[in-house]
Amino acid sequence: MNDPHAEPAAEHDGQQPEDPFTEWQRLDIRSVLASMGLLVVPMLPVAGLVLFPADGSVARPTAGLALALVVFGIGSAWWRWFFTRFRVTAERFELRQGNFSRSFHSIPRERIRSVDLTAPVAHRLLGIAVVRIGTGRKSTRDSELRLDALPTARAERLREQLLRQRSAPAGEAPSERGPGGAAEGTDLARMRPSWYLYSTLTASLLLVTWAALGSALNTLGDLLRALGITSWLVDRLPGSPDSVLAGPSLWIGVLVILLVLLAGGWLGALAISLEMWWGYRLSAESGNTLHVRRGLLTTRAVSLEKRRLRGIELAEPLLLRLAGGGRLTAVATGLGSGSSGRSDNKALLPPAPRRVAERVGAGVLERADGSGGPGNLRRHPRAALRRRMTRAMLVVLVPVGASVAAQLLGPLPWWSSLVAVLLAVPAALFALDAYRNLGHDLHDDLLVTRHGTGVRRTVLLQRNAIIGWRVKQSPLQRLAGLVTMSATTAAGDGHYSVHDVDPSSGLAFADEAVPGLLTPFLRGGSADDGAEREPPAEGGDSAER
Amino acid sequence: MIDTGETPGGVRLRPPHHRVDRRAVLWWGCRAAVAVVVLLVALVLAAWWFTSARGVLLLTLLPVGVLGAGYAVVMPWWRYRVHRWETTDSAVYTASGWISREWRVAPMSRIQTVDTARGPLQRVFGLSTVTVTTASAAGPLSIDGLDHEVASDLAERLTMTTQAVPGDAT
Repeated sequence: MNDPHAEPAAEHDGQQPEDPFTEWQRLDIRSVLASMGLLVVPMLPVAGLVLFPADGSVARPTAGLALALVVFGIGSAWWRWFFTRFRVTAERFELRQGNFSRSFHSIPRERIRSVDLTAPVAHRLLGIAVVRIGTGRKSTRDSELRLDALPTARAERLREQLLRQRSAPAGEAPSERGPGGAAEGTDLARMRPSWYLYSTLTASLLLVTWAALGSALNTLGDLLRALGITSWLVDRLPGSPDSVLAGPSLWIGVLVILLVLLAGGWLGALAISLEMWWGYRLSAESGNTLHVRRGLLTTRAVSLEKRRLRGIELAEPLLLRLAGGGRLTAVATGLGSGSSGRSDNKALLPPAPRRVAERVGAGVLERADGSGGPGNLRRHPRAALRRRMTRAMLVVLVPVGASVAAQLLGPLPWWSSLVAVLLAVPAALFALDAYRNLGHDLHDDLLVTRHGTGVRRTVLLQRNAIIGWRVKQSPLQRLAGLVTMSATTAAGDGHYSVHDVDPSSGLAFADEAVPGLLTPFLRGGSADDGAEREPPAEGGDSAER
Repeated sequence: MIDTGETPGGVRLRPPHHRVDRRAVLWWGCRAAVAVVVLLVALVLAAWWFTSARGVLLLTLLPVGVLGAGYAVVMPWWRYRVHRWETTDSAVYTASGWISREWRVAPMSRIQTVDTARGPLQRVFGLSTVTVTTASAAGPLSIDGLDHEVASDLAERLTMTTQAVPGDAT
């Protein structure tokens, strides 16, 4: 909605704008209005009182309280707006806030990792956007600064300015600056209607809608009961409850409810995916920044510097994988790690066909041969399959044991343990799938590793982003002759693992991926050059005492 | 001893050069003993409190005590055989664990901070832990149970080396 207005402004200023942010700036006064969105609910009783003047004993104090709340809310929003100033100097971004408790943030511009714009519904109606400035610091208070809010065009300009033409420090990821850099605003991907269907296949969305539906139904049930409709309905039911339970109508009812739940969940998931991904567009701006815009009600504009990008992750939840789709996220520094980081600013591509994901991955990583996918990977030893099978069978043993025990002790029918035993079949299939999904390889400057069955994750990590190796071996892995090799990195989750690999080939792989790092610590086989390097290593040690 | 289950002719990790200080055995032993004693005391207290389950709780005292004593004796020596460390001009290399094992390598150029820390128990034995962090969120390399002098020398040298090399890949 606001995009058509915003873009021309941003492009005009993209050349060499006068810096409009060097003086202390105020936020937009409309942000006070936008913050009133939350206050609509307490205002209802006030409106009610005005429309229907009542002499009630409760109505008047309630309305008074609501009015006080509203006044306080608006007052504090105005107060916050009045005492908030920011400016952008040549070196730093500075933000002053508050009067009672003042805060002053001054961060070097080179530490700004991301500048994201979001516009919730109220903001969009007013034509303003919230600017969030990420500094990439983990777990500290000032990891993110919020400017709530600026007119959308100015917000775009601020983003441009904060991210523009920062001289790249020496020694950082030289591979990303090539002649292959994309031209201004090149589109890498745009939303297609069919992709919304792919998003409904991610289980998390279904679960979210089911949870929402569940609580809604619960509330509905309470409401019906409160109004006496439930008891009225029960009275109208034919016959006694027993006859209803015994008849086939029970099964039909269960089936209908299941179908309704499934359809409802699916529709809800569709609605959520529409909200999340409407108008999605991934573009490479001026060659060094990736830009993602999306959102129907709340619009989000997330930018990511390419020099912060260390790789990509292709996640394929089971259902989506069966439909031949996957979603793409960025592996980048400064976006927060693991679940602590906001996951929504890592998304590069909504659930989409795999082929699209691979093409977009290639575009993002600027791979000349256009292969952003994993291709054929090196397989893992059979011992890894045995390990997974054993694990699956151990899991199945639990219900089998429980059902046998229940039969010995109680009235459970004989076929219950048969059902439990039959669980071994899907368990074995999952184990096999988990094994088949294991893989690792090197593609030019990328390390590729893949694992997982519920969600298959394929990570393509730039080899020069690996800042160490971690080798782990549990006792069971030692018996099976396997190790887990983890490449540690500053980006994303912090480490990406090659699970259950043969030790000698795994070490050779790690040595190949990061030449020279492991070499002094390897022995035997083809690592003869490692043996040659040992003397200097010992020299280094003797110097330390 | 510290093999990774190699096949003949295959590559394997060699153990790092240096063992940790011998006093670390005592330190780990004391730590384990304290944990076991706390557990036993808790069991006794529970037995005193829950009169109905007193018999069972008192019966578990014996196996818990025996296993705990075995743990407190075996684990420190086992760890002492496994825990090793080494620094070269280009990297830090550690081996740790006892039942599960872990080897970590971090290049000098990617080291962010070097800390030494001593807990009260470590102080009794004159030991220190050196912790080396990189930009990765995957956790630092730590070398437990070094002699205090060795540890501070090591930390100082690592700090000097890493200051000389710019960039930490963030």
